[in-house]
Amino acid sequence: MSATQTPHSEEAVYVYEAPLRLWHWVNAFAILTLAGTGYLIGSPPPAVGGEASSSFLFGWIRYLHFVAGYVLIVGFAFRIYWVFAGNSHARQIFLPPVWKGRFWKELWHEVLWYAMLVSEPMKYSGHNPLATLAMHLLFVWFTIFMIVTGLALYGEGAGMGSWQNDLFSSWVIPLLGQSQDVHTWHHLGMWVIICFVIIHIYAAVREDIMSKQSIISSMFSGWRTFRGNGAPPDAH
Amino acid sequence: MTETFYEVMRRQGITRRSFLKFCSLTAASLGLGPAFAPKIAYAMESKPRIPVLWLHGLECTCCSESFIRSAHPLAKDVVLSMLSLDYDDTIMAAAGHQAEAIVEEVVEQYKGNYILAVEGNPPLNEDGMYCIIGGKPFVDQLKYAASNAKAIISWGSCASWGCVQAARPNPTRATPVHKVPGLPNKPIIKVPGCPPIAEVMTAVITYILTFDKFPELDRQGRPKMFYSQRIHDKCYRRPHFDAGQFVEAFDDEGARRGYCLYKVGCKGPTTYNACSTVRWNGGLSFPIQAGHPCIGCSEDGFWDKGDFYNRLTTVQGFGVEADADKIGATAAAVIGAAAAAHAAVSVVKRIRDKGGNS
Repeated sequence: MSATQTPHSEEAVYVYEAPLRLWHWVNAFAILTLAGTGYLIGSPPPAVGGEASSSFLFGWIRYLHFVAGYVLIVGFAFRIYWVFAGNSHARQIFLPPVWKGRFWKELWHEVLWYAMLVSEPMKYSGHNPLATLAMHLLFVWFTIFMIVTGLALYGEGAGMGSWQNDLFSSWVIPLLGQSQDVHTWHHLGMWVIICFVIIHIYAAVREDIMSKQSIISSMFSGWRTFRGNGAPPDAH
Repeated sequence: MTETFYEVMRRQGITRRSFLKFCSLTAASLGLGPAFAPKIAYAMESKPRIPVLWLHGLECTCCSESFIRSAHPLAKDVVLSMLSLDYDDTIMAAAGHQAEAIVEEVVEQYKGNYILAVEGNPPLNEDGMYCIIGGKPFVDQLKYAASNAKAIISWGSCASWGCVQAARPNPTRATPVHKVPGLPNKPIIKVPGCPPIAEVMTAVITYILTFDKFPELDRQGRPKMFYSQRIHDKCYRRPHFDAGQFVEAFDDEGARRGYCLYKVGCKGPTTYNACSTVRWNGGLSFPIQAGHPCIGCSEDGFWDKGDFYNRLTTVQGFGVEADADKIGATAAAVIGAAAAAHAAVSVVKRIRDKGGNS
């Protein structure tokens, strides 16, 4: 049995720099908090009894939502700064090279890999083209959408004259119809992000096991290691 | 030249003392400082009464019903002393051709110097035949009356947004005033609500007549003084909202204790209006105070947002109705199941491949 196994070899590339890794996990926990509290804001938990002065449950739920929202916004602002300040991998999900024929060809190869029609995926030190596109569309744009609609909803409570109201509520609410519509779109956006999270985690686990490159540990250590026949051509 | 407000009031036996009191009260009800009372007095002494044409399209007359119940100022003061309501077919004495002649008279005589108040809206389908006024489609009367108007007031949700007659599928193509094609380009102020609050209506008219301009409007054309905050922001049940104390059903303990109506569909958090501050019927009450959730009647398209008693809006599409949670949870479940199935197939394939290799 051991005779048939290829000798174990590992190569490693430094992909995710420390600030980016920190952002990833802060962002992940912010999204988790936002989705949990956001769901409860739409469908509140069973009513508490007694006097209003004895409890601030819903107030705390909303407060947590707002705090997590600002954490996400500040994190996202930093992430955009890091597009310019970070290494080339930091740019990937913000600028997918959709104008390149090779990108789409390799994306198709990745689709075939997920359809189990090819036996080996191509190796990338960063994201594969399919992941790049999914993150660009579902993560980057929907996060922007959630930030814009979220600030528009926050501006309603902050009131006229607040910067959230002037910069966001004033045009987002008429654009989407009325306040209730903004709530509905913001709510649907949450489910898009939840769907993205499911796909993201599943793909990360699967690739970690099946594509002979580290995925999950890379987001902790920053290093991507390749098992088997070496690192991809773009690694050097 | 028409008489000034002051002349009319004096002619009706109102003393100067009462007149000045009225000016102070009006300033207070508009939220203006004491310095504005003499300004109002000066305006009323020197300005001629502005004629108002009040047209009715597709509507239920709830705006008029609300208007005549105004307490501060009293509707009779507004109608008899402040404005010259030359045409309002539901409350005027004249009828038929006599009444219709007044519209023409005002449009021709007071070019650019009368206010056009519109209650209801025109249907555009079948050349406007679904609403006939004096033998002609209402849309024609509206365009004609607007041609020389100084400004237009859109009374109520009908004129402002479309309201029930414009709800899906809107068979007559009822269209809010600002969206009527070919309408002369005039400044439009929206006073939405089904109906708008009486005091809001009279205050808007008083403001326009006194200062000869619109009050400050928001981006959607509503006066900021009454529509800049949500019902929710000033709701007296707000502490129960923050505490997480909700009415779960209309006959439960929470309902008896006056808890927040959020979970039984209250649209207060998404509705811009002054109900929770000005209230109704002379400040007596408003829907939430009476134990019913706000239905959001002053918001655009409130009839098409699904059940009044559900917090989440019904989303239409693909021939099914569902709220955001149902759609999202279904999508997440499908993707989750697909991921699980994909994982299972991946495992099977990997075992098969390994079996083949060894």
